[in-house]
Amino acid sequence: MSKSLKKLIAVTACTALVFTMFTGCGSKASSSKTSSKSTNTKLTLLIDNQSSLDAFTAVATAFEKKTGIKTVVDLKPAGAEGDNIVKTRLATGDMDDLLFYNAGSLFKALNPADNFVDLSSQPFASRLDDVFKSTVSVDGKLYGIPGGSSFAGGWLYNKKVYAQLGLTVPKTWNELLANCEKIKASGKTAVVASYKDTWTAQLIVLSDYYNVHAQDPTFAEDFTANKAKFATTPVALKGFEKQQELFKKGYMNKDFQATTLDAGLKMLGEGTGVQYPMLTVDLPNISADKVNDIGFFPTPGDSADKNGMTVWEPNGIYISKKSKNIDAAKKWLDFFVSQEGVTAFATKSKAVGPYAIKDIKLPADSFTAVKDMMPLFSAGKTAPALEFSSPLKGPNLEQICVQNGSGIKTPAENAAEYDKDVEKQAKQLGIKGW
Amino acid sequence: MNARNGMTKRIYSYAFLVPAGIIYFLVFLLPTGMSFFFSLTRWTLTDWQFIGLDNFKTFFSEPSLMIGFKNTIIYAVLTCSFKVGLGLLLGTLLCTKIRAKGFLRSMVFFPTLVSTIAIGITFSSMMHPTQGIINRALNLIGIVGPDWLGNTKIALLSVISVDIWKGVGMATIIFIAGIMSIPKDYYEAGDIDGASTYEKFKNITLPLCRPAMNTVIILSFIGGLRSFELVWAMTKGGPGFTTDLIASIIYKQYTGGFYGLSTAGNVILFIVVSVLAFPLYTFITKSEVDL
Repeated sequence: MSKSLKKLIAVTACTALVFTMFTGCGSKASSSKTSSKSTNTKLTLLIDNQSSLDAFTAVATAFEKKTGIKTVVDLKPAGAEGDNIVKTRLATGDMDDLLFYNAGSLFKALNPADNFVDLSSQPFASRLDDVFKSTVSVDGKLYGIPGGSSFAGGWLYNKKVYAQLGLTVPKTWNELLANCEKIKASGKTAVVASYKDTWTAQLIVLSDYYNVHAQDPTFAEDFTANKAKFATTPVALKGFEKQQELFKKGYMNKDFQATTLDAGLKMLGEGTGVQYPMLTVDLPNISADKVNDIGFFPTPGDSADKNGMTVWEPNGIYISKKSKNIDAAKKWLDFFVSQEGVTAFATKSKAVGPYAIKDIKLPADSFTAVKDMMPLFSAGKTAPALEFSSPLKGPNLEQICVQNGSGIKTPAENAAEYDKDVEKQAKQLGIKGW
Repeated sequence: MNARNGMTKRIYSYAFLVPAGIIYFLVFLLPTGMSFFFSLTRWTLTDWQFIGLDNFKTFFSEPSLMIGFKNTIIYAVLTCSFKVGLGLLLGTLLCTKIRAKGFLRSMVFFPTLVSTIAIGITFSSMMHPTQGIINRALNLIGIVGPDWLGNTKIALLSVISVDIWKGVGMATIIFIAGIMSIPKDYYEAGDIDGASTYEKFKNITLPLCRPAMNTVIILSFIGGLRSFELVWAMTKGGPGFTTDLIASIIYKQYTGGFYGLSTAGNVILFIVVSVLAFPLYTFITKSEVDL
């Protein structure tokens, strides 16, 4: 090869290398399309990457058509890693204008009074459901709006396979175990587990809370006041025992450690996995042609008449105090909870439970699983999840539940480990009595 | 006049060191000192509260934290030994007259150039129990592969083997440099005396590549003690806490908001590395032989 040709190749290669560096500069954000009305205001919204980006973009597009204000949607991971990003960004003053994040204890751990805008005097404040308001308020001040419908935690199940195998919805834990036996015998996976996404491992313990509350109504207060513990309260310990029982009896999918949430939902939709302890908030992530084959039943307790559902309030949308566009952000929130906004959101992400806005009703084309939930809502057989009745939720519960569901250590040891985790958090948050 | 000259020279030398010294102080010494202090407190981003040695007590009493110690020592010892052993063998091999020496050297060295996170993600998808390439290949010859990263007994070993694969290249290169610097005269003398290949290896190569071997031992041992990215990319310390290393525990406590505990973990890691690495270094450099 001649010297000048070698030189040319070298220079081209170097330039190509430099340009490949710039491919990494694109961010995972999506912005709404431009419209005829255009102002210079631009809002940023931070959501987690397992929520419906399409639904938020749909609302942003509709909002832009109405007001000319663009919204850029940013993504962060879900679970504990996402919590870390939120806490860091708030600390460095780098938070987006709008934040979509859990309500309840997780929200209260973010020090709302210092970080978010008080919305108590906004016109939409009176239209919000009171139970929801209590989960996003501190010291009587309201900080957020519902970022979707409320949802429940329990068991999603494939109705087609249930019909094939002649099973009925279990009303007690023993009935559930009997169903699992029959499903296992037929060669399908009885319980889908997706521990690669560690947060999904918590569902059995968390959704069992209705049964804890039914037997021990003051558990939440005692738990917060350092008087009741998971390890020493038998009905609370049951959640951990139930999870490990499913592992020990071999009802879970063989590769549960490596299965992701999406893979788990796929199994459920196809019927290879028949039951999935999960939040109904993930229904929109099941393919549209399969999602109406999926039904819902709450985690059963010991007796059929004490059967009820553990309910999660929707995540909230909050305005960062350091935002430079607070008025535009307030308009955004007002739009989001209006019928227009709710309908726009529902075009991409249908309701997964009743809305937490007083004057908005569920449409007729809701998911089958949501329709299964409504009788329980109407009969009042619901209890809000523990993270809404108590500011304490240990950050390591995900890993402890993975441990528990993998058969590592006994349920009692895992519950005790969680109690210790909660103790550390209580001290870190400076809660009285610890 | 000589004394004044000497002093001016010395001031000049120190003056050149001052900028680097300031950076070293601000970015390393000062934060290290501060973290020693903050490990004795419970701190949030706005406020701190002195609690004495409580953080350290918690660290040593919780099983999910103590497991980090055990795992880190196992990790450091195994990666170090295999990197030294394999590195030495490959280094000796690649110094002999074989074809495609250049190509083989690049092949051995390339894992060092790739990002650890990328390797972690690639291997963890290869190690998927049913859909990963490794188990599918084993299935073709009739073996049912285990759950490499989910089986609590072998998860740590799987991560260790990936770390060895990644790090052996660097060790090999260092050994090649060390072996190449041994004068040929020794080998010729050995040939004259009728030494076999093995005897030449044991009596010439091994003692004289001691400096290279010591470098590899220290670097891979300290690297193993501090390892984080690979374990985080492959298992995140899971399942549960079974593959947690001290570094990933520190990170988990930090993301959980337990900043004081996380700082205490860092202090412990600092102490562990010093306590283990320093004596090791003194021990192995005692027996260095001059060429």
